[in-house]
Amino acid sequence: MTDKNPILQVRDITVDFSIPTKTGGLFGGHQVLRAVKGVSFDLYEGEVLGIVGESGCGKSTLSRAVIKLVQASGGESKWMGKDILKMTPTELTALRKDVQMIFQDPLASLNPRMTVGAIIAEPLTIHYPEVSREERMVRVAELMEKVGLSSTWINRYPHEFSGGQCQRIGIARALITRPKLIICDEAVSALDVSVRAQVINLLMDLQKEFGLSLMFISHDIAVVRHIAQRIMVLYFGEVVEIGDAEQVTMAPEHDYTKRLIASVPVPDPKVEMERREQRRRLRREAAAAAV
Amino acid sequence: MALLEINNLKVDFQTQDGVVHAVKDLSYTVEKGKTLAIVGESGSGKTQGAFAILGLLPRNGKASGSVKFDGKEILNLPSSQINAYRAERIGIIFQDPMTSLNPYLRISRQMTEVLEHHKGMSRSEALAESIRFLDAVRIPDAKNRVHMYPHEFSGGMRQRVMIAMSLLCQPELLIADEPTTALDVTVQAGIIDLLVDLQEDFGTSIILITHDLGIVAGTCEDTLVMFDGRVMEYRKTLDIFENPQHPYTQGLLAAVPRLDKKVDRLSTVSYDFMASKGVA
Repeated sequence: MTDKNPILQVRDITVDFSIPTKTGGLFGGHQVLRAVKGVSFDLYEGEVLGIVGESGCGKSTLSRAVIKLVQASGGESKWMGKDILKMTPTELTALRKDVQMIFQDPLASLNPRMTVGAIIAEPLTIHYPEVSREERMVRVAELMEKVGLSSTWINRYPHEFSGGQCQRIGIARALITRPKLIICDEAVSALDVSVRAQVINLLMDLQKEFGLSLMFISHDIAVVRHIAQRIMVLYFGEVVEIGDAEQVTMAPEHDYTKRLIASVPVPDPKVEMERREQRRRLRREAAAAAV
Repeated sequence: MALLEINNLKVDFQTQDGVVHAVKDLSYTVEKGKTLAIVGESGSGKTQGAFAILGLLPRNGKASGSVKFDGKEILNLPSSQINAYRAERIGIIFQDPMTSLNPYLRISRQMTEVLEHHKGMSRSEALAESIRFLDAVRIPDAKNRVHMYPHEFSGGMRQRVMIAMSLLCQPELLIADEPTTALDVTVQAGIIDLLVDLQEDFGTSIILITHDLGIVAGTCEDTLVMFDGRVMEYRKTLDIFENPQHPYTQGLLAAVPRLDKKVDRLSTVSYDFMASKGVA
């Protein structure tokens, strides 16, 4: 990993949201919510970086800020040495070829009035208008087979597919421009256990085959550890721990990481019952301390 | 006598493409004060099998077989009679807390309504009782929070409200349909712990429906694994985890990434997989 070059270097990135105060009324005051507080990290070529944290910790905001989908209020994010946050609109459009996203809700992130073929082809239509229609459809069909969809379904609509299949469509759409980096924002969280396993396996296969870098965002540290080489733990917009996936999960340094790990269910009744007793004791102690 | 006894339950749906057999053959019993987990992936019929108990199937659904609650046959009762069971004796928690709460009404009104209707309480009595239950599900500052609207709660808190509502009439049986699927792992642990505590405190029997075998492990005495509308395995939870007999159960267990074991590839249990084992 270390012999490779970082493709993305993020330094001290901060995101603020302005929210109206409750008592302020229509023209009343605003207060600043700092969602991401000075986060720095490197992402290497062909690396899978996992980002974990509970909802509201700023993991989605961070991933969007580094590619300027939300406006950062400070810091820098260098893509191959060039600061994304200072890019012109033309440069940003060019960047979108190289960086794609996969979203959480498989169905909601697909346009219901477009056919699957048109959905997958759209990034190609926008970024490579010189590619002919025939060539485009050939590539779409190839990619559909690659992600485990039959290319005979090319003219169907999203509602005709199951959740797992919709997520495969989203993956095909993200791959069509041959990107270098894909950001997976809770890409498997809405899926059933067994479908989730299929999609995780698919993502890992594709990552190896295309040498992709992935930013894999999830609240489930067990899933992240399975897919990522390095893990970054976010808590209230700050990095509390970043390091090798095995090290972070097996020998966590920060209390919050330990808490995250403790909340993952272990499929072993005896262990689980002990852990529940332990959680109950902690809760009682916390309650007693509060009184 | 078992509290709930289900024998050869079938659920069929009349659709434009013909009849869909969602539940083909389902039998199980729940003893008083015991917990049962029903595990299966989406489409396995686990939810429809539970909805049929309370007559909650959509109009094109038809249930047959036998559902005995406290010794009485309750399957396909007319709504005038099944209403006496709903909420009062059998509570239900739905998967998505946002769509099952009324966004226009304060939590207080939604809770007191249940008590006024089923228990004939006055508004002020009902309010006091509602606050007591919000306290029981560990909602901080319940006294003030009870007057808030659903959107003012986080997902985890909303699910706690749902649990409190389902417990209001102190039902003998609680059906929890994927109560943690929409929630974060950290919040999920809290909700499952809460259900176990409430079961111990109130002596309620619980049917926990989920697609994740992981959360079942420390929670339920018995586990029933469903696939394609049929029972694959139905045994003590301890035995199922220690020595899963059915290839489907084994596959389901290996599909979840675990922190205590490192695997290179997750197993997947698809229809192809089941066909190769000669099941589907």
